[in-house]
Amino acid sequence: MSPEMTALRLRPDLMRIYKIIQPGSRVLDLGAGSGDLLKALERHKGATVRGVEISEEGIMECIAKGIPVYQSNLDEGLADYGAQSFDYVILSQTLQQVHKPKLILQEIVRVGKIGVVSIPNFGHWHIRFQLLLRGTMPKTTYIPYDWYETPNIHLLSISDFRELCRGLGIQILNEWPVSLKEGPLKFLMRRWPNLLAPLGIFEISRG
Amino acid sequence: MVLYTFNRGMDMDMHHGSVGIVNTRYFTFAEPPHELVLECGEKLGPVTLAYETYGQLDSQKANAILIMHALSGDAHAAGYHTEHDTRSGWWDIMIGPGKAFDTDRYFVICSNCLGGCRGSTGPSSLNPRTGTPYAMEFPLITIADMVRAQKELIDSLGIEKLLAVAGGSMGGMKVLEWAIEFPDRVRSAIPIATTSHLSPQGIAFNEVGRQAIMSDPHWNRGNYYGGTAPNRGLALARMIGHITYLSDESMHMKFGRRLQDRKGLSYDFLTDFQVESYLHYQGDVFTQRFDANSYLYITKAIDYFDLAEKGEGSLVKACARAKAAFLIIAFSSDWLYPPYQNKEIADALRVNNVEASFCILDSSYGHDAFLLEAEQQTHLVSHFLRHVYEEHVRGVHERGGGTT
Repeated sequence: MSPEMTALRLRPDLMRIYKIIQPGSRVLDLGAGSGDLLKALERHKGATVRGVEISEEGIMECIAKGIPVYQSNLDEGLADYGAQSFDYVILSQTLQQVHKPKLILQEIVRVGKIGVVSIPNFGHWHIRFQLLLRGTMPKTTYIPYDWYETPNIHLLSISDFRELCRGLGIQILNEWPVSLKEGPLKFLMRRWPNLLAPLGIFEISRG
Repeated sequence: MVLYTFNRGMDMDMHHGSVGIVNTRYFTFAEPPHELVLECGEKLGPVTLAYETYGQLDSQKANAILIMHALSGDAHAAGYHTEHDTRSGWWDIMIGPGKAFDTDRYFVICSNCLGGCRGSTGPSSLNPRTGTPYAMEFPLITIADMVRAQKELIDSLGIEKLLAVAGGSMGGMKVLEWAIEFPDRVRSAIPIATTSHLSPQGIAFNEVGRQAIMSDPHWNRGNYYGGTAPNRGLALARMIGHITYLSDESMHMKFGRRLQDRKGLSYDFLTDFQVESYLHYQGDVFTQRFDANSYLYITKAIDYFDLAEKGEGSLVKACARAKAAFLIIAFSSDWLYPPYQNKEIADALRVNNVEASFCILDSSYGHDAFLLEAEQQTHLVSHFLRHVYEEHVRGVHERGGGTT
């Protein structure tokens, strides 16, 4: 772990998102959670930040950190925000939980000049092996739920995400395979992300 | 609007002290010929506002918070008036040392609204031209008029910019009015369980309340001062009001179908159920402290309030004038000022890129939740204020002094 990462106490995937954001940007985080990422962006990158969060617990934590946060369900869309009114709109490991993934992706690139989306990759070899060898619904560090209580209703792979973006005319500007652990597979992960990366992070924009 | 038997939160550990014994003070202005010109076009003067303050104003006058009361509230928001006083101010769960509005840190002001009957000029006040109470001669006042009168008080205290304006229900309307009409005078705004415009359902309940008063023979077209007051009508209005402040769930929890002081049904039109007894009690005690004509005027002001009028019918346009940071709080079971109405305000603000937080707190208490739910409100309000205050203090240091 780099000293910066340790200092910010961010998960590696959030750290990657943190590095993507340019200083002084306007940032909207959909699913702001406890507000750690936004707080780091505000404090260390001088960003103007806004959060959207569904849980009362998350709202309480964001307010305690001084992060402006709006309680809402993402499936209601972002109709209130003007086109291109944020430099970045972040959706971190939430796409697989919304009812209308297509709508939210279109909204992200409408409202944000750049969308930053991270997904747990269902094409990861660990998941493929669990289904192939054990014949059970996969459970991993990144998708830790039993099938009967998972909030994930639209699981997808990195390849699926690319294909959907293509279909929606959304441009993928950058793509990072990410793992929470530093491993010897890191080089290979970049070569075959859909098989070897447990998480995918994408920078997207209107085509 | 405090329910005597709902005291959840009052004795929680996090609510430390009380502000103790407090006095109501009075501020009079708008002496003729400099009367207050009201929205309806009429002039009113002199005008007196009753107010209380808690805590100390700092040397830069930068820690002042104005608290706004609801329909039946008054200037007495916290503490006690005498040593033997058993009833604290109406928002004592939120105001005091170590509480949400921390009087160790902030200077808290609360004034009775224009048109009220608890020390401020209203229909029961003497009309200086006639020497008798105004009664229905009192002009129709609006939320904007109430706020403009309040601004005179804030001016007189030498406070250039309020750290926060906060209040629930009608108090929330005044918060919005302040933030939109005087954007340079408020650093932050906390509207709670409120709306930018009352729903037709809300207007309907207010009208039934007014009709209850006006159909009481003692009302006498408002001229009852010195005689018998229309207490039956006022109590009835209050009973109706109280139903709208509760929720289906809170009534189930509080009363169920339990009988009041009897073992079986009376088979008569006596009080059978606890819920009936409760409403009768609330109606009766209300008549001891509230003026029926004030009830008419203030409910009318609530009905008339429509923030979108400041934006030619567009709430978004109206909110473009706001500069404060907002914390908007709604309650899940509030059907009088439902969460969606609070959300409309938050939406209009965020379209304008105003820093606005919005939260729907889970509560079964209905509209009254803002007077009862201490824990979550305290968390939200205290942290929000702390950040606003620290940002301000930091700003002062960066500019090398000065409070503007």
